[in-house]
Amino acid sequence: MSDFWYDLEPFLQQGTLGLVNGAFYAILSLGLAVIFGMLNVVNFAHGAQFMLGAFVAWMLLNWAGIGYWGALILAPLVVGLLGVVIERTMIARLYKLDHLYGLLLTFGLALIIEGTMRNAFGSSGLPYQVPEAFRIPPVDLGYMLMPAYRFWIVVVSLIVCLGTWYAIEKTKLGSYLRAAVENPKLVQAFGINVPLMMTATYGAGVALAAFAGVLAAPVYSVNPAMGANFIIIVFAVVVIGGMGSILGSIVTGYILGVIEGFTRVYYPEASATVVFVIMAIVLLVRPTGLFGRA
Amino acid sequence: MTIKRRTLLAASAAAGALPLVTPLRHARAQAANTIRIGVLNDQSGLYRDLTGPGSTQAVRLAVQESGITTRGVNVEVAEADHQNKPDVGSTVVRQWLDRDGFDVIVDVPTSSVALAVNTLCRERNKVLLVSGAATSDLTGSACSPNTIHWTYDTWMLSRGTGGAMVAAGGRTWFFITADYAFGHALERDVSNFVRAAGGEVLGAVRTPFPGTTDFSSFLVQAQRSRAQVIGLANAGGDTINSIKQAAEFGITRRGQKLAGLLVFISDVHALGLQTAQGLVLTATFYWDLNDNTREFTRRLGRMPNDVRPSMIHAGCYSAVLHYLKAVEAMGVAAAKASGAAVVERMKAMETDDICFGKGTIRPDGRKIHPAYLFEVKSPQESRYPWDYYKLLQTIPANQAFRPITEGGCPLVRT
Repeated sequence: MSDFWYDLEPFLQQGTLGLVNGAFYAILSLGLAVIFGMLNVVNFAHGAQFMLGAFVAWMLLNWAGIGYWGALILAPLVVGLLGVVIERTMIARLYKLDHLYGLLLTFGLALIIEGTMRNAFGSSGLPYQVPEAFRIPPVDLGYMLMPAYRFWIVVVSLIVCLGTWYAIEKTKLGSYLRAAVENPKLVQAFGINVPLMMTATYGAGVALAAFAGVLAAPVYSVNPAMGANFIIIVFAVVVIGGMGSILGSIVTGYILGVIEGFTRVYYPEASATVVFVIMAIVLLVRPTGLFGRA
Repeated sequence: MTIKRRTLLAASAAAGALPLVTPLRHARAQAANTIRIGVLNDQSGLYRDLTGPGSTQAVRLAVQESGITTRGVNVEVAEADHQNKPDVGSTVVRQWLDRDGFDVIVDVPTSSVALAVNTLCRERNKVLLVSGAATSDLTGSACSPNTIHWTYDTWMLSRGTGGAMVAAGGRTWFFITADYAFGHALERDVSNFVRAAGGEVLGAVRTPFPGTTDFSSFLVQAQRSRAQVIGLANAGGDTINSIKQAAEFGITRRGQKLAGLLVFISDVHALGLQTAQGLVLTATFYWDLNDNTREFTRRLGRMPNDVRPSMIHAGCYSAVLHYLKAVEAMGVAAAKASGAAVVERMKAMETDDICFGKGTIRPDGRKIHPAYLFEVKSPQESRYPWDYYKLLQTIPANQAFRPITEGGCPLVRT
């Protein structure tokens, strides 16, 4: 191998790995952006709901014998339903109040959910194996060996993100949603059940988080803090992408994952802060975010 | 959008600083005849299972078994969460020592926090019994007449796991190091050991602590170094994630060996034997080591989340038991007057308990007992719950810890 390729190797390696982390950032920030865009609620419980997705996957496997593929469908449904209950019983009462109340409520919920799980399962986490279908030797990319499961994460997250974007921006249902955000009274007057749509949107956003949680279970330790580690970064991603911008959150998620990966080669100590440095710069230069409308 | 971005940012910042909960029991009358013990550790983060409420449970058992309360001395035990942050830990300890009249601080995992508390206890002439923290600086450059480092340290881990890996032919090393006092000390001590044995350290990568979830980037760098051994200078949740992801990337299948330099039984439980099998680790206590350790586990009763006691839990028990013996020997009034005097007394007495057997405490504050090299069993070898380790080697007490002359502790020279 020539020197040039040898020097380029870590760049390619970290770029590829960064894409995997970016996949999680993208799905999580997408869920946040959907909830914020449609409901105007800053969902601080998103990290906890991500964690619940992973835990439900573990419970399905160990208590009901349902494996990874079943969990990929069922866990988002279960956690999404929990989200529906939360929206109906709590968040729906706050729509008329200042946004801070929604933020505080969901933040409190996150603390309660994480504390409860910690008391029940401890902090070390639970084992969850990579699904059988992916237990094959890592794929040789020439510059690195990549576990097959990580490819799956990138592919499936792309599909989910683009699907969600399409549903909101290009379908009739999506147009109702966007209309309801602009003028809920008018849309209601046309005979569309706006509160129901809000509830469904929150449930779907939460289900997205849980879906990411199931995806993460085989690669990260399934522990109560797994969401808390992600959520602050994901909020930065949403701010950088432009608040409420669906496409912005997706693209920014992947880009920041890759940038973070590069930082891990050249200045690993800063890899936890680089996202926030970028956020500060973006806010200075483009206060509405990269994709935000003024 | 009507929400203010500033509001969101402020809230994000607030989420980073979770509320501090300190279940303090306030000092009242009878203070002169009361010993107050503060258990300070991680109650909510990645070290919770190996320290956390289990340590408090072990301390309470020690108080009960010492029988001191039946002889007219009151003992109060409080616990607090330092969130692995030196500033949070210092604030709690200042309150405990300055306002609430505590006499002894116990456990204190997370070396950066332990070093901060070490200074506070020395300034105020109180007692610090370290079980959770690992940095060997506590009996080296930072040694104190008020501190005893009880259970294990980074030198011992280097001697045990590092020594075993070098002996097995691992001559070139690369470290994945948690970027704070503990990781740095462990990397330093193992590096010294590797170089002394004629090996070579090819490099290291420092991972942000706490808050790193994905170790794949660092593992790939370690792989690229082509070092024979990848040393994990981290602990708890970081070690779990590193080992889990190393298995996923097939690191060991390509001939590199993984050295978990600090692995606890709760880590092995979280990984599952399928992933953890074959790991070599060093510990000073294993619940299933002998009849005594099994008896301790039985007496301790059900632990939070049904874990088995870690060596840190055992160390908290053993340290407090010995501390209370010294307090009784010298009288509560004298013990409360000077922490250094209590530590002096503890050093003069031989230690003896069911967790570590007989032992001694050196002038530099190092508690001395044997260490054990274990290998994690395969799923087939494990016959009952938590049957995880098989003993490879016992390192005698006089060889398990750094020779007193090499630590550079100022107390020793005088």
